[in-house]
Amino acid sequence: MDISLKNVEYRYQNNTPFERLAISDVSINIESGQYLAIIGHTGSGKSTVLQHLNALLKPTKGTVWIGNREIRAGRKEKNLKEVRQKVGIVFQFPEHQLFEETVEKDICFGPQNFGVSEEEAKRRAKEAIKQVGLHEEILSKSPFDLSGGQMRRVAIAGVLAMEPECIVLDEPTAGLDPRGRKEIMDLFYRLHRENHVATVLVTHSMEDAARYADEIVIMHKGRVQKKGTPYEIFSVPEDLLELGLDVPEVVRFQLKLEKAFNVKFGKICLTAEELTDAVADYLRGGTPK
Amino acid sequence: MGKPLVVLDNVSYQYDSQEDFALKNVSMKVYEGEWLAIVGHNGSGKSTLAKLLNGLQFPTEGSISINGITLSEDTVWDVRRQVGMVFQNPDNQFVGTTVQDDVAFGLENNGVPAKVMGERVVDALSRVNMESFLDQEPHHLSGGQKQRVAIAGVLALRPSIIILDEATSMLDPRGREEVIETIMKLQQEESITVISITHDLEEAARANRILVLNKGEIYREGTPEEIFQMDEELVRLGLDIPFPVKMSKQLSEKGVVLSKYYLTEEELVAELWTSHSKM
Ligand SMILES: Nc1ncnc2c1ncn2[C@@H]1O[C@H](COP(=O)(O)OP(=O)(O)OP(=O)(O)O)[C@@H](O)[C@H]1O
Ligand SMILES: Nc1ncnc2c1ncn2[C@@H]1O[C@H](COP(=O)(O)OP(=O)(O)OP(=O)(O)O)[C@@H](O)[C@H]1O
Ligand SMILES: [Mg+2]
Ligand SMILES: [Mg+2]
Repeated sequence: MDISLKNVEYRYQNNTPFERLAISDVSINIESGQYLAIIGHTGSGKSTVLQHLNALLKPTKGTVWIGNREIRAGRKEKNLKEVRQKVGIVFQFPEHQLFEETVEKDICFGPQNFGVSEEEAKRRAKEAIKQVGLHEEILSKSPFDLSGGQMRRVAIAGVLAMEPECIVLDEPTAGLDPRGRKEIMDLFYRLHRENHVATVLVTHSMEDAARYADEIVIMHKGRVQKKGTPYEIFSVPEDLLELGLDVPEVVRFQLKLEKAFNVKFGKICLTAEELTDAVADYLRGGTPK
Repeated sequence: MGKPLVVLDNVSYQYDSQEDFALKNVSMKVYEGEWLAIVGHNGSGKSTLAKLLNGLQFPTEGSISINGITLSEDTVWDVRRQVGMVFQNPDNQFVGTTVQDDVAFGLENNGVPAKVMGERVVDALSRVNMESFLDQEPHHLSGGQKQRVAIAGVLALRPSIIILDEATSMLDPRGREEVIETIMKLQQEESITVISITHDLEEAARANRILVLNKGEIYREGTPEEIFQMDEELVRLGLDIPFPVKMSKQLSEKGVVLSKYYLTEEELVAELWTSHSKM
């Protein structure tokens, strides 16, 4: 299932004195099986874009295609259940998606709402809770009696249990401990690789954008500023700095080394492993490649 | 090191609905003017500790004193005047209907005169680059903007102790750097004490001291150098090794001789340059 935004504009509180233009003229294509990262300064419109991907927000101008369903500005949209089932969103603040008395009920809510039997939903809840690194006992607790990172994990488990065709992640690692961050990002990547789940990741971690995405979109002041592969995007650090962004730490370190040694390693390395090899080679040979 | 400003004596805490203790026998001191980072896996008790320090809840066992005052229901208001806290979720913190009212709220409570208040509100909001959002409703902001406003709320109060509970987790990398710099400047110039709960190891590496919590107990306490020497042990605790240390390790494994594992990129670059450039 492909999702595409065509010339989308969104104004919060449209036609009121509080109206606020959040995004304009945004065109983005997400092909089935793609891993897209969206990066950008605070307030650049990333979360607003994401909420169009399952029609939580409807454009005030332009069109959104979710599979073969068209969502157009100025039209009443009914029966969005199918869309919500296909596209699962993990929100920026997990509290916004937790509401049931127990963690188990919370995770089961999505699947059951979409017609999965109670038994199957419970089975999925059990599996999902383990996938996000929590113990089964947590299923019987109230989601509001959890720590911030535990809530985040439960919110993620809820989306996993829906088994959506497209997973949309709004800063999913904020609040996770460093090991959890890595484990959960690896989990999403596995789902993407093995089950061809289309994945859209909004992140402030340039490292994650570089490591996992095949394509990166940079948002700036509500517009799409630039698109490219991680390699293309992170090869031009000046552009990123100008937009208030940064390069991944490994690129930053490479640039510092190149400056100190007054050499160029030839290409930008996006992982620590690549850079280690480049540096070791250089130090051994002494000649830049 | 300054005098001990915060002293915890054998503090334990149990939530009513839970069987396990969220904190167990925690004894520690925080010294005046220091930047203490608290790290630990999800659910290790960090936010529980923060809420105890601010008197939002009281120890099940043990006692806490802040600047010589023992925390209790009678003293909690005196203590809160000195302790400013930024919560993990900014939405839980907002009380005003506009950004400026929200930041002013705490000042009003502390009896700051109206004229001074207006200046302080704008000053605090400009420190976090939110001065152009004065009349916006706090709940109608982006995630990072909410965090900035929450931080401004505490800066405006000018407390002697600032507790940050993952207060910059949703800021873009440069925004995070700017906000941390702003608070570090205050810490140094006005000798404010900062307790920062964080999963950002780069930030923790810049603290004076790091406290590692594990399953509700203090696992270790030390300088960043000491803590990050724990290496793979950190990964077992749900943490990780900072990038420069990881890079140092990988380079050593590839046969690049280094005298130690470095905590900052600058030091690592410097050693590579001095010991290898003339090869
Ligand atoms: N509910 C709302 N009502 C009015 N304006 C809003 C609302 N939510 C966001 N905005 C505004 O729309 C713009 C885009 O916000 P959005 O949340 O999409 O940014 P973002 O890129 O996700 O930022 P962050 O990285 O801080 O989460 C911002 O200027 C913000 O103030
Ligand atoms: N309001 C609450 N009611 C009951 N139990 C709670 C509550 N808040 C936290 N807990 C439990 O207490 C323990 C410690 O939680 P705490 O929020 O202090 O962890 P934390 O270190 O801040 O974690 P995180 O990094 O995820 O924010 C956890 O096991 C959690 O489930
Ligand atoms: Mg956002
Ligand atoms: Mg916490």
